[in-house]
Amino acid sequence: MADAEIQREAILAAVDNVAARIAEEKAYLTELDSAIGDADHGANMDRGFRAVVEAVEDDDTDGMEADELVKLVGKTIISNVGGAAGPLYGGSTMLASKELEGGITAETSVAFAEAYLQKVQDRGKAEIGAKTMVDALVPVVHTYKKSIEQDDLPPLTALSKAVDACERGVRYTVPLRARKGRASYLDWRSVGHQDPGATSTLYILEELLETAEEYLDGEVVRDARSPDVPDEPPEEVADEPLGEGDE
Amino acid sequence: MVGLAVVSHSEKAAEGICDIAAQMGGSDARIEPAGGDSDGGIGTSVDRIEAAIADADDGDGVVVLVDLGSAVMNAELAVEMGDATVRIADAPILEGALNAAVEASGSKATLESVVNAAEEAREYRKLD
Repeated sequence: MADAEIQREAILAAVDNVAARIAEEKAYLTELDSAIGDADHGANMDRGFRAVVEAVEDDDTDGMEADELVKLVGKTIISNVGGAAGPLYGGSTMLASKELEGGITAETSVAFAEAYLQKVQDRGKAEIGAKTMVDALVPVVHTYKKSIEQDDLPPLTALSKAVDACERGVRYTVPLRARKGRASYLDWRSVGHQDPGATSTLYILEELLETAEEYLDGEVVRDARSPDVPDEPPEEVADEPLGEGDE
Repeated sequence: MVGLAVVSHSEKAAEGICDIAAQMGGSDARIEPAGGDSDGGIGTSVDRIEAAIADADDGDGVVVLVDLGSAVMNAELAVEMGDATVRIADAPILEGALNAAVEASGSKATLESVVNAAEEAREYRKLD
């Protein structure tokens, strides 16, 4: 995907796919958030991604480089998604977009993924095991980076493995007791509920994979849904005392 | 003069806290509310916070008071995106805003002294 115009087309296709998926899952995301949050995650994300679709149509995106376009996506999310999701999804996308200068390659996409995770962790101050999107994102980024840099897999295959890791991460949030965000106010009552932020992160990644399939060569291997695959914690979970909740 | 921006999940709460703090800080206090999400619903908005900081800033910097959660994250992001010199106070929002307004209206106030005044409010006891 060297050509800037094809990259622009792929990003616009990804935007459409993600927006459509979020719209489709809006009610379910809000249902998850009503169990342990303030019941607005689906509506919030849907409002944000509808705004992104409008923004990329309204703004003159012709001739925009990949990093500029991704930056526009992030900025639009910041302005249109309320609550913590705005700075976490939008702020991280905007700030990580710098890594895509010169276009999207295997190398810059790893750098983008790492920067995105770093920004989410800096902003949200959540570690693995706190029942947040970090539980999904950490295995995603580690799997993607390892698949590209160590196993030398094509980016599409690496992405599909990362999406699998994300799915396991989402399932891993279910039994956890929330230590961050508004869910942490519920303490033990948060146990047994799937984290909404981890879930929307999975939907976004699944749509990125869906889009990437059209533009990249490589094998897509999804095995996370197989009953033979045990749920494993993505990393060691520190048994810290309950921290202060901060929505 | 050091300015203040009050960031709450509620538009009404942010405005009300500014009203109370302005009364304590005198008529020339620069206190701007940034409450609610982009539609004025419950939530916070980076754009509203950026605007409030810009309105409160006359060059001497701005102290931001926040309620919880996304107010903190969005305030941090607004600070990163803007040009003003800003400190976010780790303080209860109403008591912190009152303390900060009183300090900011004094002739020797600095950004540092206003933040400190706001953060002193953490120690307040309401009973005994």
